Amino acid sequence: MSGIAITFMIISMLTIWGGLALSLWNLSRHPEKQDDDVELAPTGNE
Amino acid sequence: MSTPSLKKGAPLAEGKRETFSSRKLFILSAIGSAVGLGNIWRFPYVAYENGGGAFLIPYLVAILCAGIPLLFLDYSIGHRYRGSAPLAYRRANRKAEVLGWWQVLICFVIAIYYAAIIAWAAMYCWFSITKAWGDDAATFFMEDFLQVAPEAGVSLDIVGGVFGPMLGVWLVAIIIMVAGVNKGISRANGIFMPLLIVMFLILVVQSVFLPGAIDGLNAFFTPNFEALANPGVWAAAFGHIFFSLSVAFGIMVTYSSYMKRKSDLTGSGYVVAFANSSFELLAGIGVFAALGFMAYNANSAVGDVATSGIGLAFIAFPTIVSAAPFGSVIGVLFFGSLVFAGLTSLISILEVIVAAFQDKLGWNRKSATLVVTLPVAFISMVLFPTTTGLYLLDTMDAFVNQFGILACALVIVIVFGAGLGMLPRLAKHLNRHSSIKLGTGWMVLVGGVGPAALGYMLINEVQTKISESYSGYPVWFNGVFGWGMAGALIVGAVLMSFIPWSKKSKLNDPEFEEHQQKVEAEELPDPVGKEY
Repeated sequence: MSGIAITFMIISMLTIWGGLALSLWNLSRHPEKQDDDVELAPTGNE
Repeated sequence: MSTPSLKKGAPLAEGKRETFSSRKLFILSAIGSAVGLGNIWRFPYVAYENGGGAFLIPYLVAILCAGIPLLFLDYSIGHRYRGSAPLAYRRANRKAEVLGWWQVLICFVIAIYYAAIIAWAAMYCWFSITKAWGDDAATFFMEDFLQVAPEAGVSLDIVGGVFGPMLGVWLVAIIIMVAGVNKGISRANGIFMPLLIVMFLILVVQSVFLPGAIDGLNAFFTPNFEALANPGVWAAAFGHIFFSLSVAFGIMVTYSSYMKRKSDLTGSGYVVAFANSSFELLAGIGVFAALGFMAYNANSAVGDVATSGIGLAFIAFPTIVSAAPFGSVIGVLFFGSLVFAGLTSLISILEVIVAAFQDKLGWNRKSATLVVTLPVAFISMVLFPTTTGLYLLDTMDAFVNQFGILACALVIVIVFGAGLGMLPRLAKHLNRHSSIKLGTGWMVLVGGVGPAALGYMLINEVQTKISESYSGYPVWFNGVFGWGMAGALIVGAVLMSFIPWSKKSKLNDPEFEEHQQKVEAEELPDPVGKEY
């Protein structure tokens, strides 16, 4: 492989796979919130 | 205040909308929908043809400026209005319901031919073991396997070798759909997606060690910077991203309506978008490494063997399988990946239709699923496992993509952006619980860049399709199954939107109304931070 092809392969991997890693990291920093209203029949209370 | 039962999310009050039991399952299902056949057989060639390594630049611009913003538009509408496409659009504005039915009918057309391709891939998985195609993969595919008629037309001559596997595909799809969002869609994606990723990773590793693989990768990644000056390359990047991310199919509207109310929509969306691209990049490496081997074996240049779509999967890959060491393993992994990637996308396409009818009729999951999927499967089984199935598939795919999805997307961004002026409200909705906040930039991208890019692509397509007969098929054939079909979808959508919603339908949902009143009251002058 030529130098420029290797460079672009690495840049592609870093931006796209790095983008995935970054977005997963962002999501892991914000834990899933639970809805108040998913468990039981509504009781009239919030 | 979470309890085990809360985490499961399933035990809902009677008649309440189903939800994905966790964020992880939503993300996995959304990735399952986005990662389809196009990621494997379309992206590598599009990138190679449009600048190689340099394609990364328009590709990233397209993801960030159009793909992700449009994905968020889908998420915001589905999540805020908690409904299938027709219901969500109707709740947003009564007159917009027709757009939802347009998407439902588009998904119907895609579903009927998508199942055929999955069935072919399943058979090729089997053929890989014995290398059933012999020395001539092209003749085997066209004459022995599909038994393609000499001329485009409509024939009811069933090809048994395709009929059987298609029946199997529909059976699996219907079982998954009947089981519902949690027990069906989530579970299927929870099994198929990890399998797909593992299989594909093994395939890529095996491919890059083939002789000639490095030449393939060299061809794939060598940048052609001159391509960046060509507007067609930018249009290709926007077009590819648009189809790859499954935006404007109604799929993401439907899936996001099953997300919990306090979901991190933008944070999840970034993961879905980059996971989809990550898989594409992996596919590019795997496919071009294999094509490099094919060129090495044929003593030709990579450019001479590079191809995409059906030709890549069912002609080039079998040739590679025949020649490569452990070729059968490559074949099983490649075609198995196509089956899993296709099946998870087919499920999401069917869900658009099932959810729409479930909402409109107010029926339970099982009845609504059967009343929808059985006729869809029947039509698919009549039209596609025939000697003319390939022609129909080719024309319907080309026209439904351009004059169905693309046209519908353009109308949606114009209607929701300039027409109804809803973007500020939708941005507020996205920001309510999301980790990445959106502002004016998002509205400009959806309301401005979106219509401009989609409009440019559509005009280009209209010009191309008018100036020449698609694939050289007879005018009547493209007229009926191309232009006619695309037009019929719009007429059908208008008719569907005239059918009144029954009293039992999900349009009358006190739980939704009550919640929406609270949300809208809170949004009015000054948000006070109370979370619903």
